[in-house]
Amino acid sequence: MRRSILPVFAHRLAILCYIVFALFPLFWLLKVSLTPNDLLYSEGVRMWPSRTTFEHYAFVLQHSAFPVFFKNSVIVSGSTAIAVTIIASLSGYALSRFTFRTKYWIVGLMLLTQMFPLVMLVAPIFKILTPLGLTNSLTGLVVVYTAFNVPFATFLMQSFFDGIPKDLEKAAMIDGATRFIAFRQIILPLTLPGIAATLGFVFTAAWSELLFALMLINGNNAATFPVGLLTFVSKFSVDFGQMMAAGVMALIPAALFFLLIQRYLVQGLTAGAVKG
Amino acid sequence: MASITIDNLAKSYGTYSVLQGVNLEIKDGEFIVLVGPSGCGKSTLLRMIAGLEEVTSGEIRIDASRVNERHPKDRDIAMVFQSYALYPHMSVARNMSYSMRLRKASKEKIEAAIAGAASKLGLEPYLERRPKALSGGQRQRVAMGRAIVRQPKAFLFDEPLSNLDARLREQMRAEIKKMHGDLKATSIYVTHDQIEAMTLADRIVAMHGGLVQQVGSPLELYDRPANLFVAGFIGSPGMNFFEGTRHSDGVRLADGTLLKVQLPPGADDEQGITVGIRPEHVELSAEGVGATVDLVEPTGFGIILHLSLNGVDLKVFTSDRAFLTPGQQVSVSFPTHHLHFFDAGGNRILR
Ligand SMILES: Nc1ncnc2c1ncn2[C@@H]1O[C@H](COP(=O)(O)OP(=O)(O)OP(=O)(O)O)[C@@H](O)[C@H]1O
Ligand SMILES: [Mg+2]
Repeated sequence: MRRSILPVFAHRLAILCYIVFALFPLFWLLKVSLTPNDLLYSEGVRMWPSRTTFEHYAFVLQHSAFPVFFKNSVIVSGSTAIAVTIIASLSGYALSRFTFRTKYWIVGLMLLTQMFPLVMLVAPIFKILTPLGLTNSLTGLVVVYTAFNVPFATFLMQSFFDGIPKDLEKAAMIDGATRFIAFRQIILPLTLPGIAATLGFVFTAAWSELLFALMLINGNNAATFPVGLLTFVSKFSVDFGQMMAAGVMALIPAALFFLLIQRYLVQGLTAGAVKG
Repeated sequence: MASITIDNLAKSYGTYSVLQGVNLEIKDGEFIVLVGPSGCGKSTLLRMIAGLEEVTSGEIRIDASRVNERHPKDRDIAMVFQSYALYPHMSVARNMSYSMRLRKASKEKIEAAIAGAASKLGLEPYLERRPKALSGGQRQRVAMGRAIVRQPKAFLFDEPLSNLDARLREQMRAEIKKMHGDLKATSIYVTHDQIEAMTLADRIVAMHGGLVQQVGSPLELYDRPANLFVAGFIGSPGMNFFEGTRHSDGVRLADGTLLKVQLPPGADDEQGITVGIRPEHVELSAEGVGATVDLVEPTGFGIILHLSLNGVDLKVFTSDRAFLTPGQQVSVSFPTHHLHFFDAGGNRILR
């Protein structure tokens, strides 16, 4: 059978358009970060500067507090991702497998927490954290981010657990496992795609969170990277070159992270094949 | 091996009662088959014995000791699920040895057990494969293998063959029977398949409406069903029933015919009565009652005839390949020693 080339072509073109659309801001980020300061305003809008330089990168690494921000962000996002994923696996499993009297209310409450604009919560949270000594500290940020991300991550994990037949852990229990061992040895390994998705989701959310990082932290020591970016904005000008260079470097861990978990994410999309 | 006693066992989900007082004595080494219509609580009963479902009231005893509160892992019972429930991330060998590894059995012991089960079930070539790379029949064997490696006190089977095609089912049925002959393990087996029930069981337990209707050997249930439910449920094609009333010297059927039979005295005249006869016991004979052929179903082994007898439907099974077509007239007779009688309450009337 001869298949017309046209639909294939249109399909590819659509994908191409989408990719260009999605990646263009990143390209611009990269372009500006490599443009020397003297060319940034003098050359007009060009796809690529006539001369490139790494001086912004060198400056950011050597003369700014960027390495500290970076380290703080890795600590905060990594801890949040791990804490949320552990809590959400346990609570998601409970929601998926057990019926208990307060289940309805707990689910309702968790949904409710997702309805408030975060801005409304800044003041009360600040008030709660101050006497605990958790303002201006990375721990405080981890606690707040974890609290905000657990409900959604719980629902996410629950949907993955729902996809795993209950007979599997029943078989494991009959084989001699306690419920916890069945959870750890049988159910969790099958939920790896879900865990990877949750880790990735929470990590990126925490990585780019600005509002609370800005409100709860002052001073550079505990600032995360989104807050740090703002230090490139001074009263009279914005140092775009350095800001973009920092931005490009901030993309690296997120990209690496997704590269690491992408195997499991792809598995997640084809999870049907897992069923025994 | 072990005996299992089920004493007045009841189960309800909220206000919905699934089992209401089941009593059953299972002897050591016996093969029990549970049958009953969908939703009558067979799986529920099995899961309660395994410890996967809480007991509402009553008692389950394994070897005379109460196990109601015992965790499934401590009951030492193996179960084969209808879905097989193989662990997708483990190889066949690891699937089968999981229970032994949990019990920290020695490496040599585990290997010997796997080798034994694999050779018994013909699984040697697949030991390193994952379940998803196996056919349905092979997965079913792995599920069996997982149950037999650990030599449990009892086996529970929940419709283990229902996902297989007819040929494979027949083959596995024979293997299960052979295996039971070898291992002599106490087994409880749930099935919808009449032939599986008849061929495998030492005793069949017929369940309906959350109650045990009859317990007995396959032929006992077939020849002397205790009530209308069992009579209609066991046997395929199912038994024919006719409504009638008791009469001084027999039963008067709804269409006016008088069946001359001796029934035990005692019950009053004019009491409602149901007469049953199995399709293979109806005789096509030269003299008898006239009936019209509605439908002819050849099965290869014989023919199922759907007849209309004075407006009442009647099924007849005959191994005679007589050439019959719908619309034709035949005459049928009912040998009285093959008739079953049930009183107004549906219970068998002994003769
Ligand atoms: N968790 C539950 N909550 C409420 N009702 C339930 C639950 N599990 C089972 N039931 C009900 O209990 C009854 C018995 O179910 P069970 O699975 O034991 O039937 P079964 O005899 O095995 O049927 P089948 O032959 O179709 O497998 C059904 O009516 C079912 O709807
Ligand atoms: Mg069932």
